[in-house]
Amino acid sequence: MNAAWEVVIGLEIHAQLATSSKIFSGASTAYGADPNTQACLVDLGYPGVLPVLNAEVVRMACKFGLAVDATIAPRSVFARKNYFYPDLPKGYQISQYELPIVVGGELVIAGDDGEEKCIRITRAHLEEDAGKSIHEGLDQYSGIDLNRAGTPLLEIVSEPDLSSAKEAVAYMRKIHSIVRYLEICDGNMQEGSFRCDANVSIRPRGQTELGTRAELKNLNSFRFVEKAINYEIERQIDVIEDGGCVRQETRLYDSDRNETRPMRSKEEANDYRYFPDPDLLPVEIDEAFIAAVRETLPELPGAKQERFVADYGIKRDDAIILTASRPLADYFEATASASAASAQTVAHWVIGDLSAALNRDGLDIADSALSAAQLAGLLDRIDDNTISGKIAKEVFDAMWSGEGSADDVIEARGLRQITDSSAIDSIVDAVIAANPGQVAEYRAGKDKLIGFFVGQVMKETAGKANPGQVNEALKRKLAEG
Amino acid sequence: MSLSKDQVQHIATLARLTIAEEEMDDVVGKLSRIVDFVDQLQAAPTENVVPMAHPLNTCQRLRADAVTEGNERDRIQANASAVHDGLYLVPKVLD
Repeated sequence: MNAAWEVVIGLEIHAQLATSSKIFSGASTAYGADPNTQACLVDLGYPGVLPVLNAEVVRMACKFGLAVDATIAPRSVFARKNYFYPDLPKGYQISQYELPIVVGGELVIAGDDGEEKCIRITRAHLEEDAGKSIHEGLDQYSGIDLNRAGTPLLEIVSEPDLSSAKEAVAYMRKIHSIVRYLEICDGNMQEGSFRCDANVSIRPRGQTELGTRAELKNLNSFRFVEKAINYEIERQIDVIEDGGCVRQETRLYDSDRNETRPMRSKEEANDYRYFPDPDLLPVEIDEAFIAAVRETLPELPGAKQERFVADYGIKRDDAIILTASRPLADYFEATASASAASAQTVAHWVIGDLSAALNRDGLDIADSALSAAQLAGLLDRIDDNTISGKIAKEVFDAMWSGEGSADDVIEARGLRQITDSSAIDSIVDAVIAANPGQVAEYRAGKDKLIGFFVGQVMKETAGKANPGQVNEALKRKLAEG
Repeated sequence: MSLSKDQVQHIATLARLTIAEEEMDDVVGKLSRIVDFVDQLQAAPTENVVPMAHPLNTCQRLRADAVTEGNERDRIQANASAVHDGLYLVPKVLD
């Protein structure tokens, strides 16, 4: 990056909590329903209704707090954040301000210098989401769908500890992984269940005072977070180096043009006049409740990663990929425990061929065409030399398209590896006899031709000869000449 | 006067209220009296008092996470001034 400027980034991540009903009402939170069919009188802010807090929302927020070593506030308070917008029927959003439910906490990411870096979490608070505005195709009108109004959100606010777009993405990925491990958020970024605003500023390297920040909104993919922040850093450097000042403002990221531009809101729109919501009482959480939630915490990605490296002896980079999601980690463990193949071989196949097939068909690991037991069956046949690694790819594809177990495919297609050394020897003899020119060149010192001979033998055997044995036999017989 | 005319105008704008010029002095005076009254409370010693978030001395009751509300769109939208394909229609908003 630029040597003269230091980048300072803080993220506000909104994670939609995976409840059945809304934070303050009994309306459904299911995604994709017809407009306004899941917006009840409480969500619409009708006179005379009272919000009642969803217990599950409190439990989920606690779970997150415990997972990041935060303090769970014994007493937290809901406040009204006042502003006017058509998708906010009450004229205020119920949020938390001075007394949030989760205070402090921290997370370790891989920093830009390759070292571990601790990112401090300021707070995480509960709030309700607003509705959606639709601007296209309605002439002089905007359409309002309030199904999303009242959906529970956990807003996770970091300290400005991130120093680059790359670190910001690493932090966001880590939070994404944690909320899915905890099963408190589905993490679906296309549906907006997990989204982020970034506060970005720059300052001359060495200066302690923070520069003026811009808030970037509308960052709904990891790639956009990285691109938007990098664009914004360059923009701010240009502004300052041209003698200007960065304005404190909210900017929208436009992914089509890869640029950020200011929103047209007025300055005073940021004066939210928070005050405690008189409709809601303070939320009190006791030690017993916290202890009960702590009991339900799963093994988290960081701990799982350490265990995979220590117990299975797999590469750390592989452990990081495998532990990014809990179902993937579970799949790896199930395969490794069911197969005689080495854990590193299992990791290689899960990250390689299996993930590629899932990606190609747009499937989640949960919908994999191959169960862990089936993959283990295939890897066992490599391990016991029934098939080579190369043939295994063919078997894998056949299994993926539903041709049965590894043994079924190997049998049906006659793919069993040739390991009978007399059979291999006779094929090797035939190949040597058929290629006198190459044999002479090889014997004159052109060692690289060994690949040609191996290829010929494999062609003769449709790839079924054991590669190690073929190599050995070729070298032995070519040396005999 | 503890409040200025500009402050009152600012609050009115945030609240989407229009205050006529001839009413302004009266509103500034009345709001200032309320603010002055609150200022008296500020003078009370509160070092050892836990801040009160609600006058009821109890805590929030929680409800189970269950869907209890059905689709009432038709009934509710009978109150709306304009709807289209299930959407509420409002004057075009930008941003």
